[in-house]
Amino acid sequence: MEGMAGQKSSLTWLVNIAALVLVVMWTIPTAGLFVSSFRDRDQISATGWWKSMTSSEQTGFVRTGTADDQTQDGDLYVLEGNVLGEGQSLVGWGTRSREPAAYKAGETAELDGAQLTVNEDGSYRLESTAPFEMRRGERIFVTTASPPHFTLSNYSRVLSAEGIGRAFMNTMTVTIPATIIPILIAAFAAYALAWMEFPGRALLTAAVVGLLVVPLQVALIPLLRLHNEIGIGKGYLGIWLAHTGFGLPLAIYLLRNYMAGLPREVIESARVDGATEFQIFRKIILPLSFPALASFAIFQFLWVWNDLLVATVFLGNTREQLVMTGVLRELMGSKGGEWEILATSAFISISVPLLVFFAMQKYLVRGLLAGSVKGG
Amino acid sequence: MDLFLLAVVTIAVGVLGCVAWFWGSNYILDTVFPPRGPNAGNNIRRAGMIRPWLFLGPAILFLGIYLVYPVLNSLWLSMRNASSSTFVGASNYNWLAGDAKFRESMINNFFWLLVVPALSTLFGLIAAQLTDRIRWGNIGKSLIFMPMAISFVGAGVIWKFIYEYREPGTEQIGLLNAIVQAFGGTPQTWLTIQPWNNFYLMIVLVWIQTGFAMVILSAALRGIPEETIEAAVLDGASPWQIFFKIKVPQIMGTIAVVWTTITIVVLKVFDIVFVMTNGQWGTQVLANLMYDWMFRGTPDYGRGSAIAIVLMILVLPIMIWNIRNVRKEMR
Repeated sequence: MEGMAGQKSSLTWLVNIAALVLVVMWTIPTAGLFVSSFRDRDQISATGWWKSMTSSEQTGFVRTGTADDQTQDGDLYVLEGNVLGEGQSLVGWGTRSREPAAYKAGETAELDGAQLTVNEDGSYRLESTAPFEMRRGERIFVTTASPPHFTLSNYSRVLSAEGIGRAFMNTMTVTIPATIIPILIAAFAAYALAWMEFPGRALLTAAVVGLLVVPLQVALIPLLRLHNEIGIGKGYLGIWLAHTGFGLPLAIYLLRNYMAGLPREVIESARVDGATEFQIFRKIILPLSFPALASFAIFQFLWVWNDLLVATVFLGNTREQLVMTGVLRELMGSKGGEWEILATSAFISISVPLLVFFAMQKYLVRGLLAGSVKGG
Repeated sequence: MDLFLLAVVTIAVGVLGCVAWFWGSNYILDTVFPPRGPNAGNNIRRAGMIRPWLFLGPAILFLGIYLVYPVLNSLWLSMRNASSSTFVGASNYNWLAGDAKFRESMINNFFWLLVVPALSTLFGLIAAQLTDRIRWGNIGKSLIFMPMAISFVGAGVIWKFIYEYREPGTEQIGLLNAIVQAFGGTPQTWLTIQPWNNFYLMIVLVWIQTGFAMVILSAALRGIPEETIEAAVLDGASPWQIFFKIKVPQIMGTIAVVWTTITIVVLKVFDIVFVMTNGQWGTQVLANLMYDWMFRGTPDYGRGSAIAIVLMILVLPIMIWNIRNVRKEMR
């Protein structure tokens, strides 16, 4: 028995480690984007984001003052200054670009007949017995270390200059009506399918299930033509209608399943008491169906917010009309190498769905289970 | 601010419109056929016949215009020329059969269909089994499930950053190339290496869909009757045997559902390819090919519709299977 217990604990360890590896693998891609959105352009292109927590080393050079800046100190002609930028510390320095860390802080080196000393605090002193005559300063090569540094400047830049702020509003404008309206329409239809007796009910339910999987692509060209013909054209009205239509099958299916599971006695007794169907729906069914309504609302919200295809087809492609996925796509084309902009924009666009996701996860899971285990 | 106002007004109009329709039509019905008086019984019966259609009306209208009509119309357009002005019979389909890009898309879609549902389900199953057995399982589940909330475009950015390439020997800022270089390999421009670049794109969708598979399969695993597992333990089955011979067979039905659901997503995959490679370097897929014919240059609605119909035909078996399942359940 003891052997078995030992085996079991080692298995628990294994399970924990395996789960940890899996979780890390699934989280790291997003984490990379998140961290990068707080780093400035130079940092992103200098080192991988995983190194952002430790201090980073850079090499570069600083020019000393010119002949005009020299002062006299007894017999010596002197040039003084500092090689360090704000927040940097000195790792080493040198007089040639090949060896930017040949000397340590406090050491002295020969530079074109003058003596150069660079101190720990970055201050340097170039002294010579003969007066300096150079027009351009001498180059001091330095290797510096910067502590971890994060900035919010990407966010302020992206929100104002790159059109993300505007796109955020556009996305909101598309998403909220496109989430609320299908719920209302679907709730009534679902109630009829679940609790009213009429010929063709089974057929209609089957049709809804069938329409669940119709590829959006099939609808694009006909609807674009239809919208143009009846004068809706490209705009918010068109995209609201389109999203409502595309979201309805799932909405009706989810709500019907949920409503069909409500206790029959409650509805029957209300009918006996003389309540009209409309009253039953409004006072009994709707409040009881709240979890299912919430589930679908989250689905539809995430789907509309994250959608690119419907927005590109039914909304225009000008800067004023683009939704966030559209802007992001455009940035990927035009600013492919500017990761600070891409990362920040992407993170802004996924932050709202992530918030909704973490806040309402319970309903999302419930909706998924109701929507697929039964066969959808 | 105008935009905000527009949205608020739309919500108000939409909601009020719906309420007005449902309430108003019901009111009229009850006035025309009052459920009291001499003909009460007859009236209730007649109203009962009409009322479901009042409830269903708007939904049927929307489904009809936005889903049923487009399918039929696409079929019709696919047999007409680029501007839909003349009938051309099957010539768009003939063109498809001979088009190299279409063949490439079909082959790629086939591999997507093979790889993504399989890997997502496999990883989902593993994740479900692991997270169900540990104390911090719920947090783990949340984190694996999280990519589900991220848009395909966002995921495209995230993964393009991982595949980012810098000259060999210099500091790599893409995670994958950094790992490759750390182990002494040469950094690659992953998204241009045929045919493996398709696989690197598929990974993105696997990353997104695994959480979905995990959530559904985890619920199914927990639904397995305890007795079957206890009996297996008493018979001396190892954890592996319990998992593969007792648990997995019992959730086969759920695995099939997860598989088909992901299959549908894969068939329609568009955004990931669109933003990461745009079908270059041999990564074209059907949905993106269709978008190309629909929007790039002069739109060709005939060919675009023909590709859409091909997608529809590919979805058809799953549609029929779903309808059958639901009908079985309703009986």
